[in-house]
Amino acid sequence: MGEFKVHRVRFFNYVPSGIRCVAYNNQSNRLAVSRTDGTVEVYNLSANYFQEKFFPGHESRATEALCWAEGQRLFSAGLNGEIMEYDLQALNIKYAVDVFGGPIWSMAVSPSGSQLLVGCEDGSVKLFQITPDKIQFERNFDRQKSRILSLSWHPSGTHIAAGSIDYISVFDVKSGSAIHKMIVDRQHMGVSKRKCIVWGVAFLSDGTVISVDSAGKVQFWDSATGTLVKSHLIANADVQSIAVAEQEDSFVVGTAEGTVFHFQLVPVTSNSSEKQWVRTKPFQHHTHDVRTVAHSPTALISGGTDTHLVIRPLMEKVEVKNYDAALRKITFPHRRLISCSKKRQLLLFQFAHHLELWRLGSTVATGKNGDTLPLSKNADHLLHLKTKGPENIICSCISPCGSWIAYSTVSRFFLYRLNYEHDNISLKRVSKMPPFLRCALQILFSEDSTKLFVASNQGALHIVQLSGGSFKHLHAFQPQSGTVEAMCLLAVSSDGNWLAASGTSAGVHVYNVKQLKLHCTVPAYNFPVTAMAIAPNTNNLVIAHSDQQVFEYSIPDKQYTDWSRTVQKQGFHHLWLQRDTPITHISFHPKRPMHILLHDAYMFCIIDKSLPLPNDKTLLYNPFPPTNESDVVRRRTAHAFKISKIYKPLLFMDLLDERTLVAVERPLDDIIAQLPPPIKKKKFGT
Amino acid sequence: MVSDQKPLGSWSVKQGQIITCPAVCNFQTREYIVVHDNKVLRIWNNEDVNLDKVFKATLSAEVYRILSVQGTEPLVLFKEGAVRGLEALLADPQQKIETVISDEEVIKWTKFFIVFRHPVLIFITEKHGNYFAYVQMFNSRILTKYTLLLGQDENSVIESFTASVDRKFISLMSLSSDGCIYETLIPIRPTDPEKNQTLVRSLLLKAVVSGNTRNGVALTALDQDHIAVLGSPQAASKECLSVWNIKFQTLQTSKELPQGTSGQLWYYGENLFMLHGKSLTVIPYKCEVSSLAGALGKLKHGQDPGTHVMPRFVNWETPQGCGLGFQNSEQSRRIEDSEKHIEVEVRKFLALKQTPDFHTVIGDTVTGLLERCKAEPSFYPRNCLVQLIQTHVLSYSLCPDLMEIALIKKDVQLLQLCLQQFPDIPESVTCACLKIFLSIGDDSLQETDVSMESVFDYSNSVHDEKMEEQTEILQNGFSPEEDKCSNCDQELNKKPQDETKESTSCPVVPKRAALLNAILHSAYSETFLLPHLKDIPAQHITLFLKYLYFLYLKCSENATMTLPGINPPTLNQIMDWICLLLDANFTVVVMMPEAKRLLINLYKLVKSQISVYSELNKIEVSFRELQKLNQEKNNRGLYSIEVLELF
Repeated sequence: MGEFKVHRVRFFNYVPSGIRCVAYNNQSNRLAVSRTDGTVEVYNLSANYFQEKFFPGHESRATEALCWAEGQRLFSAGLNGEIMEYDLQALNIKYAVDVFGGPIWSMAVSPSGSQLLVGCEDGSVKLFQITPDKIQFERNFDRQKSRILSLSWHPSGTHIAAGSIDYISVFDVKSGSAIHKMIVDRQHMGVSKRKCIVWGVAFLSDGTVISVDSAGKVQFWDSATGTLVKSHLIANADVQSIAVAEQEDSFVVGTAEGTVFHFQLVPVTSNSSEKQWVRTKPFQHHTHDVRTVAHSPTALISGGTDTHLVIRPLMEKVEVKNYDAALRKITFPHRRLISCSKKRQLLLFQFAHHLELWRLGSTVATGKNGDTLPLSKNADHLLHLKTKGPENIICSCISPCGSWIAYSTVSRFFLYRLNYEHDNISLKRVSKMPPFLRCALQILFSEDSTKLFVASNQGALHIVQLSGGSFKHLHAFQPQSGTVEAMCLLAVSSDGNWLAASGTSAGVHVYNVKQLKLHCTVPAYNFPVTAMAIAPNTNNLVIAHSDQQVFEYSIPDKQYTDWSRTVQKQGFHHLWLQRDTPITHISFHPKRPMHILLHDAYMFCIIDKSLPLPNDKTLLYNPFPPTNESDVVRRRTAHAFKISKIYKPLLFMDLLDERTLVAVERPLDDIIAQLPPPIKKKKFGT
Repeated sequence: MVSDQKPLGSWSVKQGQIITCPAVCNFQTREYIVVHDNKVLRIWNNEDVNLDKVFKATLSAEVYRILSVQGTEPLVLFKEGAVRGLEALLADPQQKIETVISDEEVIKWTKFFIVFRHPVLIFITEKHGNYFAYVQMFNSRILTKYTLLLGQDENSVIESFTASVDRKFISLMSLSSDGCIYETLIPIRPTDPEKNQTLVRSLLLKAVVSGNTRNGVALTALDQDHIAVLGSPQAASKECLSVWNIKFQTLQTSKELPQGTSGQLWYYGENLFMLHGKSLTVIPYKCEVSSLAGALGKLKHGQDPGTHVMPRFVNWETPQGCGLGFQNSEQSRRIEDSEKHIEVEVRKFLALKQTPDFHTVIGDTVTGLLERCKAEPSFYPRNCLVQLIQTHVLSYSLCPDLMEIALIKKDVQLLQLCLQQFPDIPESVTCACLKIFLSIGDDSLQETDVSMESVFDYSNSVHDEKMEEQTEILQNGFSPEEDKCSNCDQELNKKPQDETKESTSCPVVPKRAALLNAILHSAYSETFLLPHLKDIPAQHITLFLKYLYFLYLKCSENATMTLPGINPPTLNQIMDWICLLLDANFTVVVMMPEAKRLLINLYKLVKSQISVYSELNKIEVSFRELQKLNQEKNNRGLYSIEVLELF
């Protein structure tokens, strides 16, 4: 199959931000996740947990609350005191409304989905009406003494519970007055703590209020009388989050010790109608604080400081015991943060607020499989490019020739020209960007680095001609009338004639760059596109979807290739379909047109289209070299998928030249090492 | 006596032919069927005179019996265990007959029943002294095989069988060569027909016939409560027919048969048939409804028969204010009988197990029994309760009275069982059990039959030299000399040798140890247990502490810190109980001079535990550092160029 020199890169010092909030939407089966840097991501749980949308973060915008309202509208509120609505089509922020109550700590959507309630630093609870295109302030509830950290509506919408410091208030929505004030015990393991923070409340239809607090307690209150009914001490540290199932028969809480507890409403004795809440299962999938939990009908979802999003299916609720019943731990973004200049062997790393440019080292030695070769030149950190302003970088790209770097934030687009003189490098910003090039969702250079393709958040695709140190706007493909769907993925053919663009939901459009018109649209497929690329010479578009299907579509013929049809007829190997991370990059071998290179976070694969496809009985992954005596057997069982799992977690892999690969790994241990230390738990004795 | 009556008809086979199977009547066609020479079937009716000329069919296999009951076609049971309906067999007499039972297995007895309008055939086979029961269901065509376990008396030979059917099981009674009648319950609906199942028999009646009569022994069930036995009651006496009430273990009636019998006995339509000498004797016998009064001979004739239909317990109401010895013995006899009876009923119920309301029924039964126990202090169906507890469906909250009564009766065996089986015993009850376990005398313990599973025989596994060596190893990782507070160690080290010896022998008898282990295994909450522990007398606390300390020393003898044996107490349980006892009673124990040495030992023990844990924490930290170093080593290259070959 071939021998490669692999540049194994582990200096991409990427640390994902901790998860602050998760919000699950039952209608669309989508999960919104906000991180501590203000990033908001939307996962489609029906599409193999694919991260299909994201909104870049902002330094001053720490989201403290996230919720879905009627019509699948997503709102967030944060410490900057604003409520924001996200445009899930155009992938930008629709508007931000200042609530004038200081930092917002909590937010809850009414059961009808038409009203929004926020709890503020100054102790106020404010009610907003959700109108079709905005939100409108309606009124204040009785002002409380201290900040409102948690809110929950009664399912009938008549009452709300608000968790504050040392007490929980129950409000009547109609009058806006507090009808009960339930004082939470400050005692923690017999020691009186300074304050008891009510991190979360949940209001059940029978009038029970469940609270979780910083003293490690889960408490049940009767909201009618304002009395404590039951108390569970579950942790030595804070219990920070709670989420109740829609049927109100189970709920989940997350603690600062990284434990998630499942509570269930079970009959006191078999065949009795009297039921009680029982702590049933503890899960320890996190090392750090579980800041937020969600309860989907079939799974417990948790996230926290350790940056993992954990989806733990409830086995009793899962009907088919297939691969969906397995635990999911999502750590890395489902998009590329790395681009590479093949000609100059450069890697561009994208961080939240800066870019790093590295030059790969070299070696003159050769070796056999598995050898580590002595370096004649080590990798160099060439450039550290910091963004101005508080906004996170959305996307970035380095041109194949290595002389251009482009990146974009929400409000500005930056293009730099690089000059190399021996070991010195000089950087020059191309000024006077046209106003339409403000916010790019994806940037791509043509193979010869003469053209720049930009997908803007307005749905338009811009083509820019680069020559010398200047640029010229050539054309803009406007979106089909009526749609504003943003394009998130771009692919250009090596001859520069074809440009493929894919949106968030479905549909890949192929444009003819020479004639500047839409060439064709690839038949729609149910699952979102995770990666695509156009093969040189043949101009076949290879598309990977989140359900792990890979299609090959001939752009000149406007139809799927024979190979793709064969694959679809026979089906992929079951182990291939069971992988749980999406393919994030596809590339091709310049000399071997039959090869497709692709990778996800845990494997890298070369598909050799000339070989037979594996069926479910053949071994998909075989890391061992063939031995002489079994060569015949080996040749007979050889199949198209050549898989390597050596490099993981793999964030990027590409072919630099015929015999050289570059692999960028990000070991989890390195991420953990950069997180704050977790709460220490004693293992032995008392 | 009908011995002088003439037979209605008589037929005989030709000379040289031998009848190998008793003739039966096919009730559906009013024909008779007989087999001669094992394979030749003859069928005739009243009009036929010469047996040689009647219908003849030669079969391909040897017949054991033809079985016929009213309402269904006769069945043919072959010697190899296969069964055929007569019609199906006559349609093709030469059909191949399969072999069901193994080589050398011989059919000993068979019976054919109609249960719920479905025919059920049972036959017993014997092979090398082992007995097997086969139950063939004709509606489902399921053949279930059971192995009959003979119990303690493995050498006894079964002489005769009889069986009666109830709604859900076949009660198979067997008369053994030891002269006792045993009962085996066979469920009609098999739990798992694929599996080879075993059945245990239980003693029903003792010594009904003399143990050494070899032949002429037979028994037959008359109804649910009565059986008729043919045989000689004592070795020397003449053979006689006796009817026994099995419920009350009483002899109902008996008749001498001076001319001897051939060991054949039938019961059809309230008549007993047997061979007496050379004549067939018919004795009409009607079973009375079984009642205690009848069994004791006090049944008033002409009583309203309706009273017998009442629940059976009603028959044994306790007479108030009985003072006479005779009455006492009669009463205890009654209670014993009723306990025995309840036990049999419970066993029958448990044999079935499959009812959907099993839990409820068990709960109700226990509650009923306990209510009666409370009303009648002398009533205590112990075996029954044991059986019910062993169903694993009871819990303390379901029958709180059970342990209360056992505590009153000081029934340590039952208490042990409860502690092992119930998940929800309140701490006060656990503590009450502990009190009894500590205070009960050694001699009364000897009589009890407690489960010794958790106790390992400590006595012979201990050697003084070894023990001493082990205490050294116990202090692994920190030497006593380095310790800051070493004066008490020195004091201890100065103690004479015999102290070590003392601590190595178990301070309690094994049976008490088993009981205490049950306490150690039970679940508790510290807060609720502590106040109750304060009520235990100080010398008992000391004894328990000594035992716990002994267990701790045993634990520390091996590297895994476990005790030998099945399900022994764990180190954590032992340590927790030591802490609990000391917390509750320290002020009392510290005043006792005899406890001083123990306390010093315990102090040393706690200190060593603390040291072990601190060492473990140190090791943990060192390991973490090592892990870090290891990671750094792995991460040494943030960048490398490697060679990869894909195959």
